[in-house]
Amino acid sequence: MALIRRRKPIEPSKTPVQRKEGEGEEEEEEEEEDNSKNKHPKKSYKKSKPKWTCLDNCCWFVGCICVTWWTLLFLYNVMPASFPQYVTEAITGPLPDPPGVKLRKEGLKAKHPVVFVPGIVTGGLELWEGHQCADGLFRKRLWGGAFGEVYRRPLCWVEHMSLDNETGLDPPGIRVRPACGLVAADYFAPGYFVWAVLIANLARIGYEEKTMYMASYDWRLSFQNTEVRDQTLSRIKSNIELMVATNGGNKAVIIPHSMGALYFLHFMKWVEAPAPMGGGGGPDWCAKHIKAVMNIGGPFLGVPKAVSGLFSAEAKDIAVARAIAPGVLDKDLFGFQTLQHIMRMSRTWDSTMSMIPKGGATIWGDLDWSPEEGYIPIKRKQKNTDTQKASQDGPERKIFEIKRANYGRIISFGKDVAEALSSDIERIDFRDAVKGQSIANTSCRDVWTEYHDMGFGGIKAVAEYKVYTAGSILDLLHFVAPKMMERGSAHFSYGIADDLDDPKYQHYKYWSNPLETKLPNAPEMEVFSLYGVGIPTERSYVYKLSPSAECAIPFQIDSSADEQFEDSCLKGGVYTVDGDETVPVLSSGFMCAKGWRGKTRFNPSGSRMYIREYDHSPPTNLLEGRGTQSGAHVDIMGNFALIEDIMRVAAGATGEELGGDQVHSDIFKWSEKIHLQL
Amino acid sequence: MASILRFRKLCYVEPVKFQSFQPQKIDKKEETVATEAKTALEKNERRNKRQPKEWSCINSCCWVIGYLCTTWWLLLVLFNCLPATFPGFQVLESPGTRLKLEGLTALHPVVLVPGIVTGGLELWEGKPCAEGLFRKRLWGGSFTELLKRTKFGSLCQTPSALCKYIFLGHFVFQLDCNCELIWEWPLCLLEHLALHNETGLDPPGIRLRAVPGLVAADYFAPGYFVWAVLIENLAKIGYEGKNMHMAAYDWRLSFQNTEIRDQTLSRLKSQIELMYVTNGYMKVVVVPHSMGVIYLLHFLKWVETPPPMGGGGGPGWCAKHIKAIMNIGPVFLGVPKAVSNLFSAEARDVASIRAMDPGVLDSEILRLQALEHVMRVTRTWDSIASLLPKGGETIWGNLDWSPEEGHACDLSKKRYSQASAGDRDTNDSDVKMGFHVKESKYGRIISFGKETLQLSSSQLPSVDTKMLIKMLQQEFLGTRTNKNTNSACGGEVWTEYDEMCRETIPKIAENKPYTARTVLDLLRFVAPKMMQRVESHLSYGIADNLDDPKYNRYKYWSNPLETKLPDAPDIEIYCSYGVGIPTERSYIYKLSPNDKCKSIPFRIDSSVDGDEDSCLRGGVYLTDGDETVPVMSAGFMCAKGWRGRTRFNPSGIATHIREYRHKPPASLLEGRGLESGAHVDILGNFDLIEDVLRVAAGPVPKLEVIECIPTSSGCPTE
Repeated sequence: MALIRRRKPIEPSKTPVQRKEGEGEEEEEEEEEDNSKNKHPKKSYKKSKPKWTCLDNCCWFVGCICVTWWTLLFLYNVMPASFPQYVTEAITGPLPDPPGVKLRKEGLKAKHPVVFVPGIVTGGLELWEGHQCADGLFRKRLWGGAFGEVYRRPLCWVEHMSLDNETGLDPPGIRVRPACGLVAADYFAPGYFVWAVLIANLARIGYEEKTMYMASYDWRLSFQNTEVRDQTLSRIKSNIELMVATNGGNKAVIIPHSMGALYFLHFMKWVEAPAPMGGGGGPDWCAKHIKAVMNIGGPFLGVPKAVSGLFSAEAKDIAVARAIAPGVLDKDLFGFQTLQHIMRMSRTWDSTMSMIPKGGATIWGDLDWSPEEGYIPIKRKQKNTDTQKASQDGPERKIFEIKRANYGRIISFGKDVAEALSSDIERIDFRDAVKGQSIANTSCRDVWTEYHDMGFGGIKAVAEYKVYTAGSILDLLHFVAPKMMERGSAHFSYGIADDLDDPKYQHYKYWSNPLETKLPNAPEMEVFSLYGVGIPTERSYVYKLSPSAECAIPFQIDSSADEQFEDSCLKGGVYTVDGDETVPVLSSGFMCAKGWRGKTRFNPSGSRMYIREYDHSPPTNLLEGRGTQSGAHVDIMGNFALIEDIMRVAAGATGEELGGDQVHSDIFKWSEKIHLQL
Repeated sequence: MASILRFRKLCYVEPVKFQSFQPQKIDKKEETVATEAKTALEKNERRNKRQPKEWSCINSCCWVIGYLCTTWWLLLVLFNCLPATFPGFQVLESPGTRLKLEGLTALHPVVLVPGIVTGGLELWEGKPCAEGLFRKRLWGGSFTELLKRTKFGSLCQTPSALCKYIFLGHFVFQLDCNCELIWEWPLCLLEHLALHNETGLDPPGIRLRAVPGLVAADYFAPGYFVWAVLIENLAKIGYEGKNMHMAAYDWRLSFQNTEIRDQTLSRLKSQIELMYVTNGYMKVVVVPHSMGVIYLLHFLKWVETPPPMGGGGGPGWCAKHIKAIMNIGPVFLGVPKAVSNLFSAEARDVASIRAMDPGVLDSEILRLQALEHVMRVTRTWDSIASLLPKGGETIWGNLDWSPEEGHACDLSKKRYSQASAGDRDTNDSDVKMGFHVKESKYGRIISFGKETLQLSSSQLPSVDTKMLIKMLQQEFLGTRTNKNTNSACGGEVWTEYDEMCRETIPKIAENKPYTARTVLDLLRFVAPKMMQRVESHLSYGIADNLDDPKYNRYKYWSNPLETKLPDAPDIEIYCSYGVGIPTERSYIYKLSPNDKCKSIPFRIDSSVDGDEDSCLRGGVYLTDGDETVPVMSAGFMCAKGWRGRTRFNPSGIATHIREYRHKPPASLLEGRGLESGAHVDILGNFDLIEDVLRVAAGPVPKLEVIECIPTSSGCPTE
């Protein structure tokens, strides 16, 4: 009370001042006089006036911002949690029930234990032992999470993320290990879900930690090395056995995503192989423990992106690192030679080599032929989005068919080469070319890619060969990165087996190649291939020599190579084909559509195959986030139709009960064109 | 408050005083300003200067906040710029680094078994009030949701009350109402933490599960480490995910129920087997802490028992897979704290909910009746009952005798902490003398009124448990049911005290002291349903004949006095615990003056204090221990019960006692201390960590028993 009484005498004097304020600058002097008459208030303010310095102004400003920020934060927190949903519903109408809620109403219950196998780059990696520069990061995530360290100490980060150049295992003094548990890959970065939506929906029908298992592994290693270093495969085996035993003998449903599909293929061979090299589970382990394998976007036959990623570090997704930190990692910003660092780092990762296109020319096409030839993107596009007028499509299509893309030429130097007839291309074999002396290394700092060993002669030779198909791509990689490929070819193989009973195919390097292994003897096991379609996906590239050949990577995608038509397959030096933005339909669908369908030599026990395609439709507005009907490689994990399918299978349904195949693309047509001995 | 007002007064008065001295100066300044005010630039500047005039209050607020923020940031920057090794402050080299230099590397896989309350719990399915918390931690972690969820609701004492609300966001303003405005979230949290009253499993519609993996219990709250220091040191000598496992379990459930609901025991068995195989057939070192100790004891019996009830590992399982068990702060024989917690929800640490947010949960603030709510929840947790003192009067002492009697509190304190002044030392003998005269009766775990403590047993009213049980029967037949019908406290029953006839409560107090044996009868009387549930899972006695087939039942497995250790002579058992901190041992109660309904009728009589040197503080008799577990409970089994070849240890497993004398942190910079002996802080004790590392990493080091249990009048008879 005393406080209020004291203040009162000041009040009246305050009001005239405020009134005057509105009247403008001209009256300022008058105002001063006014003030001098009211002595009491004047003194008090005048006293403080000289104190109000620049520093005070700064403080005031900071204070203002803080207060506003806190107010907004407070308002945000006070806002009911369902508020965004109201807004969304007001704009788009009521949202469909998430599949979890819907199926719960139908009475579905958790039955089969579920195992998630994450793909490349989506799993988190933690630091367990590091060099001086990584102090205080013990058990913090280096990969996944907020990626704060990429910004704070980029070179240190690259050093810790790299593997040993020769062994493909940990470099000395550094231990980076996969995070474990469901948290390993539920969110890749805060707000960017990977498995979280699926997990949340499964939880609605009663799944929990004891019936869900995230088979996280170090995705940088080659598959066999995860067992050698971390015993990850043994761990998965023991966990599946435990879950099957504790859930009343219900077999597990495996859900691999992306590279996880190959990893699990490797696992299925490993677990039945005898002990020194394999898991010693016996020949019927898979039949006893696995109900279904539901591959989401599985790149069974590899992805062309892997080639460009290894060749010039330029693929869009494989080197996601660029996408995460475009500013820092872009070329030569801060003089860091970022791309080279990325390339050096990713070349130490054996796993990227597991996704080099497999099956060579038989699958991916040769100079003149490819299974997808005649693919017309405009047709599909129109069918999907109805944006184009139907009248336009006639003439363009005609032209298009004349200049159809030669998808088989995965890398060609120059656009003219990519389009020329095969007989017109003059090629000089590069394999015997002498590699020139190393360019003076001093100017390139410590960055070392194998390109420095190649010299100018080698680079020229590569460019003069002009065109590379899926078969010769391997030779090309062996030429430009001999050490990496030497390491990689001890763990992976890319061919097609002539005789699967050849004892050499018992070696683990063949296990992740579906064209060189048999599926396990499990006739009741079902294999699903679930993937998105309707998004242009990288299929082959037009390259050029890089203008600055000093330290930079000598090749780069010729992004100026464009077709004059809006709807052509060639954009920015990349020929695109139907797929899920990362994996072309051919790679994810062929094995289930033809290679394994029925009783073939790759599938001797005749396990049933199902293809479920999900047509991509982009989110209608920003509030939907990444969409509930997306078909993109990672976003498909939030696709309601896909989640529903998975939940039905997990709750006991078979592939037939789901409705068998569901196909939007031309996968069966294209598969027919591939002449593979079955 | 008054001083602040006076200060404000000064501020306002001061300028007036100055006015008479400096009028001219200011006038001059004004003139100069006025003349120069012609250029636009000047004008702007002046306007800037005058801005504070216009709305000075807000401005000065902003200014103050800005000032504080800036200072804070500056300090933060300075703090970050500090070199990690601050000159003058010698950082002790962590044992991991030192032992790595000695050449120790990871050898035996390590399994960590967390104790009660330290493990995180996350939500898998919940009520609408916990919307959006799917897979978020409700227990452990940052508890940020507690602050975020500022939703208020109302709890009506009488259902017929008419309320008018104004809803504004999450806030509800009441206009005219008989209801009490309450903060909904704590109630929501408690509702989710509670288990089902009868089954001791999930209540319908709520699934709360233990967080798996090392994150489950590395930090309890941000910055409050539990296992993190040990994990970090283990990692330094080469441990990682593949040879280190955190056996997280839902610590609210009874031990067998963790297997029934979550298959946690099967999971642990399979993990140990896996680690044993993948690490080149190296046996496992198990490191349980606190309640994890009896959980592991339960596991050891479970795993060798045939399948329907057990894990079917066969009789040689433990011998094959386990190298050593390093019990940290073990609670083999229970803790007296559990009694007071169940009796009146008043223990200090076990119900650490109170410690976490004392403001909110303290009784009567916001009229929450927090204690009652906490009691309602904790009584649904079977695990707390597993901590009740075991072994009855044989171990814990009877009315006249206790194993610790003659323990001199103040002496030990002085010796341990070295904090008190030196002149006291001269009086040592005197104190000791005086002390022996009024020795504390530790055996009487609960007594009503201080004077009862002084009486010898012959002077006490000869009421024993038979009478209690008789009363119990009467209750069931008559009074209790009557009371229920004319209950004035509303329909909802919170604690079993509400069901109890108010008239019987003084009778309980009449019975004066309760020993470890009769305390169980007391609990059976005040909380019959809880004890009925609990006693199908737990037992507190001492076995006469261990070969009796009844001891094959799982309710005996977690009581070291009613089970045999597995037949595995190569295992080593370590009892590592802190000493030197006064620890609760027995309590003096009084009837609660507040006879309102839904209140707990008993409370610790905190007004009772002994002499300066006595063990009695605030109604609690203290003894030596690690602040939670008395030395008796932690050390007895290793010191006597299992030592050599006894009937509890037929295969003669070697036992070692490692005591760590508590030293409080020397400075604030040390945080929770590198030599602490407190129950949880001991996990950061460097000596203890070194011992664990040495056992895990290599050939058995020579460990010697430092000290026997401080029992001056001999050890208790078996």
